[in-house]
Amino acid sequence: MMGEAMARDTSKEAVTPPPAAGMGDAALLKELVAHLRDNRTELREEWARRISDADLLTAMTPDEIFSEATAVYDNYVDALETGSVEALQAYARDLSERIIPRGVETHEVLGIVLLLRDVLARSLFEKYRADPDLLNRILDAYEPAANRIAVTVGVSFVQERERVIRQQQEAIRELSTPVLQVRERLLILPIIGVLDAQRARQLTEQLLQAIRANRAKVVVIDITGVPDIDSAVANHMVQLVKASRLMGASVIITGLSSDIARTLVTLGVDLTSMRTVGDLQGGIEEAERQLGYALPALEDLDDELD
Amino acid sequence: MGDEVRVPIVYDTDIVAARSEGRRMALELGFSRTDATLLATAISEVARNILIHAREGIITISSSLNDEIAEIVVVATDEGPGIQDVEMALRDGYSSSGGLGLGLPGVRRLMDEFRINSEDGKGTEVSMTMWRRQ
Amino acid sequence: MPVPILKQGDFLIATVQSALSDREVLQFQDDLAERVGSFRSRGVILDVTALDMMDSFVSRAFRSMALMAKLKGAETVIVGIQPEVAFALVQLGLTLEGVNTALDLEEGLAFLRSLTRRRTDGR
Repeated sequence: MMGEAMARDTSKEAVTPPPAAGMGDAALLKELVAHLRDNRTELREEWARRISDADLLTAMTPDEIFSEATAVYDNYVDALETGSVEALQAYARDLSERIIPRGVETHEVLGIVLLLRDVLARSLFEKYRADPDLLNRILDAYEPAANRIAVTVGVSFVQERERVIRQQQEAIRELSTPVLQVRERLLILPIIGVLDAQRARQLTEQLLQAIRANRAKVVVIDITGVPDIDSAVANHMVQLVKASRLMGASVIITGLSSDIARTLVTLGVDLTSMRTVGDLQGGIEEAERQLGYALPALEDLDDELD
Repeated sequence: MGDEVRVPIVYDTDIVAARSEGRRMALELGFSRTDATLLATAISEVARNILIHAREGIITISSSLNDEIAEIVVVATDEGPGIQDVEMALRDGYSSSGGLGLGLPGVRRLMDEFRINSEDGKGTEVSMTMWRRQ
Repeated sequence: MPVPILKQGDFLIATVQSALSDREVLQFQDDLAERVGSFRSRGVILDVTALDMMDSFVSRAFRSMALMAKLKGAETVIVGIQPEVAFALVQLGLTLEGVNTALDLEEGLAFLRSLTRRRTDGR
């Protein structure tokens, strides 16, 4: 009763004539919005019930479903009334952001919006069934608006989901190529997972920046976690080593299994620029030796001078 | 949105001008510093090829941004002697004039897309593209 | 603009301050060779920190400068190659084989000093 009193209390409402044959779409929408507001409590409950009957939003508690359903319902009716989906869109994005981490799927979101559309349509049908002509015109006004709302919510959810996925991919990429400084002038780069061209490029750029930022002199790259190395990956590694050298840093590769080593030799990859040591521990020890200013070119120089 | 710059390549200082234009346009379009450097290097290489092999030519650099896809296209044209065997010139390790070579395989690795049209005796057109990475 | 070449003890420090045209590169090459000879330098530092790109021409020129200096008894170290420049050089297939590199001027000096120290120790 409260809802009815409030809805009828506006001055605009007061001058609206009762539904009649000559009524325009705007007046029809106003009429049906008033109906949906008047019956808010029971329609909302009906909708929440049908959501759980359909086994949708199982990741959420009944209380959560009810409270979100209330907000969606009110936004939905507002959108019908104003014809603007902006507020609903913002809410849908916000809702998506909250429920995506809970594992709510696209089909569930589309499912609940379509259920609401059906619950409301059915209620309109019940109310106007006695006057088929008016019912038709009410539904003509309702359906395009309802479909537009359904599309808006669905698209908002999917966009949000895509954004989250992109963000996660970015985070995984960053995580999977951490450049660690273990001691002054020494960086360790453990590579885990498959090394494709894009990742190899990113890794190289990241390492080169880190060499400058940390003034690194030796880099130990541990590839124990790389499952497979083909000639393309091996060439990326060779480029990584050469680019590091141009910046004055030497690279030690560790964790090269004998299987992979054999593969590389078979593939004819030129490994002469790479210094390899069995395991990470050995690599760090070798790096520490190098940090005592070992100079490979020295022997030649001495020969020349003598 | 788009921008286009034509740089005639006649003197060695024009090489510097062409690659600076390329870098400026790449950075304006939101390319990373690495990509702007790769682009500038590629422009420098094709500009020098013009100077060495054709004596003069033109480099056109154009940038465009459509539907979030940003790209820079570099076209280097000359009316020099042309390249007799384009396929051979694109092979790693190929050299045409006393060890300097055209360096085209390297340039191709710097860019996302790379095409050459050359007619023996009539000139060469190198067209190359780089896209902005996410 | 010519590249300034400063003498510091047994070493020469050449600091490239801006992008060089081909002619300036060749001029620099001649200047440096001349100085290494006249000062009987033991080491050369080629500081390229200010270069935002190195193409095949300049990198080949630097490499031959290093090799020529070596023939005259001076060890060369190229310092300050920027991360983006290093990346582009490797993509281009130019890796300055046989040339010493160091992170920056300080590292380059430390490298040359350690060479000289070892040399005097050996005598």
